Amino acid sequence: MSTQSPIMPSEVLERFDVARIRKDFPILSLNVHGKPLVYLDNAATSQKPQCVINAINEYYRSENSNIHRGVHYLSEKATQEYENVRTKVQRFINASSVKEIIFARGTTEGINLVASTYGRKAINAGDEVLISAMEHHSNIVPWQILCEEKGATLRVIPINDSGEIILDEYQKLLGRKTKIVSLAHVSNALGTINPIKQMIALAHQQGVIVLIDGAQAIPHLNVDVRELDCDFYVFSAHKVYGPTGVGVLYGKYDILDAMPPYQGGGDMIKSVTFEKTIYNDLPYKFEAGTPNIADGIGFGAALDYIAQLDWQAVSEYEHELLQYATEVISGIDGVKIIGTAKEKASVISFVLDGVHPHDIGTILDQEGIAIRTGHHCAQPVMQRFNIPATARASLALYNTKAEIERLAAGIQKVIEVFH
Amino acid sequence: MSELRSLYQEIILDHNKNPRNFKKLENADRVVEGYNPLCGDHYTIYLKLKDDRIEEITFDGGGCAISKASASVMSSILKGKTKAEAEELFETFHKLVIGELKGLDSMDELGKLAAFSGVSEFPARVKCASLAWHTMKSALESDKKVVSTE
Ligand SMILES: Cc1ncc(COP(=O)(O)O)c(C=O)c1O
Repeated sequence: MSTQSPIMPSEVLERFDVARIRKDFPILSLNVHGKPLVYLDNAATSQKPQCVINAINEYYRSENSNIHRGVHYLSEKATQEYENVRTKVQRFINASSVKEIIFARGTTEGINLVASTYGRKAINAGDEVLISAMEHHSNIVPWQILCEEKGATLRVIPINDSGEIILDEYQKLLGRKTKIVSLAHVSNALGTINPIKQMIALAHQQGVIVLIDGAQAIPHLNVDVRELDCDFYVFSAHKVYGPTGVGVLYGKYDILDAMPPYQGGGDMIKSVTFEKTIYNDLPYKFEAGTPNIADGIGFGAALDYIAQLDWQAVSEYEHELLQYATEVISGIDGVKIIGTAKEKASVISFVLDGVHPHDIGTILDQEGIAIRTGHHCAQPVMQRFNIPATARASLALYNTKAEIERLAAGIQKVIEVFH
Repeated sequence: MSELRSLYQEIILDHNKNPRNFKKLENADRVVEGYNPLCGDHYTIYLKLKDDRIEEITFDGGGCAISKASASVMSSILKGKTKAEAEELFETFHKLVIGELKGLDSMDELGKLAAFSGVSEFPARVKCASLAWHTMKSALESDKKVVSTE
C-alpha cells in the first residue's frame, strides 16, 4: 500500500478487528486436509462475505426476473436493484456519471471490449500500442490480436530487477505513433504498484489515451478515476469480495460515446429495422443481451460491505501485514522474493532453492494453505526474471499474522521434505 | 506428513536431485518436446532407435520434482525395451497414477515405477507424472523427427 501509516505497526494490527471481519466470510472457518484453511490466493479470487452470498440467494428467491423490459412488479424491482449497483460503482470509483459505468464479465472482457471497439477504430497500420513488461495475459493478447489485424506494433515498457517500470524508457517509447497505453495499476505477479497517475499525465501530454487494468488495485487501493484522469479503468468484481462473472469498464463519457458498439443484440438498441438499427445510449450501447443480473446484485452487496469498512484502517492493516509477511518469508534460508518494488500491494511471489513452485504448492496444500503456483498468467514476467514459475502468496483484509506464521512453517516443511 | 511421504518417496527425491540420462542426445532419431502450459514443465526427450528397440533414451529440460523424477525413472526403465514393451509400460504407468491399476499381487512387479503410486492421491499432479511418458509415446508413434506435445 502506498499510504504511509502515522501509527506504530503493532497499534495498527490491534486497532483493526480482523477477528470480527473473518466472521463475515464463512469459508474461512473451513478445514482443509484436517487443518484450518489459510487462504492466501486472493489475487486469483477473493472470498465472499455472507452478505454477498445472501444477496444472490435472495435475488433468486424473491426478485428473479429479466431487466429493462418488463412492466411487471418483479422486472421493475430487479431492474432497479441492478441499476442501483451501477450507482454504487460510480461512487466507489468516483466517476462523473453512471453512463460511464459499463458492466462486463470481468477485466478480461473489459479490455477486449476496448481493444475491439475503440482500438479497431483508432489504430491503423504503423501505429503503436504500449504496454508494460508486467502485464497479465489479458492485457497483452487483445492488443496483439488488434495489432496483427491492423499492421500496428505492440511495444513493451521494460521493468527493472525490482519489478518497477523504468520511467525513462516509458518516456522514450511514448511517441507520435503511440495510440493507446494500457497498464496494470498493480501487478498480479509482482505486487508492484505502478505510478500510473504520472504515467497517465505523460501520455496525455502527447494526446495518448490510457487504459488502466485495475484488477489487482481495486481490492487494495483507493481508486478515484477522476483524480487519476485515466480514459478507461477496468476491474473484476470477484477480486474485490464480489461474485465471479461481473466486471466493470469505466470510460470517459465522450470517448465511450464516440466508440462503435461491441456486441449486437437486445438491450443495446433503440430501434431495429432490417435497413437500419439505432443504438441505445450509454451505458446500454455496450451491454447486449441479458446480463448477469444475480451476480451484479451480489456485487452491489460487496460494495455495500466495503462501504461500511474503515478503509483507512483496512489500508494500514494490509500494509502492515504485507511488510510482516515480506520480513518473515524473506528471512527463510533459500527463499528469494521476486518483485521487490518500493510500492507494493498484497502480493509476495517467491522461489525456493532447489524446489519447484509446484511442489511447494502441493506440500503447503497438505498443510491447509492455499497459494498459487505457476506463471500467474504473466509468462513474460517469468521470462524477464528467468524463472519458470513462482509460488505466490497474496493477502486480503481477512488474513492474519498467525496465518503468515503458518505459511512460514509450511515453507520450512517443504525444505524438510526436500533435504 | 504420511500423505506427503507417499508422494515424495525417496526414489522420487533422489531422481529429482540426480536425474539419470539427463543430457541431450546427439544423433537422436526422435527429438520430442513435451510442455505443460499450466505449470511450465518443459522437457525434451531424445530417442535412438534400432530396429524395434529403444537403444538410447535421454532427456533435458526442467519442471517440478514429480515430472523430473518421472522422466528420469522412465529413461532408466525404457533403455533396451521394444516399442511394444514401452507402450505396455506406458499403459501400466498411466493406470498406476490414476489409481486404476488392479490385479497386481504386489507392488514389487512394478519395480521403480511403484514410487509413483502415491500420485493417484494427488489428482492435480497426475499431469506432472505423465508428461514425460506422453512425450515418449508420441515420439514412438510419430515418424517425424521433431514433435511437440502438450
Ligand atoms: C492484473 C490482472 N489483470 C487481469 C486479470 C483478469 O481478470 P479476469 O480473469 O477476472 O477477467 C487478472 C486476474 O487474474 C489480473 O490479475
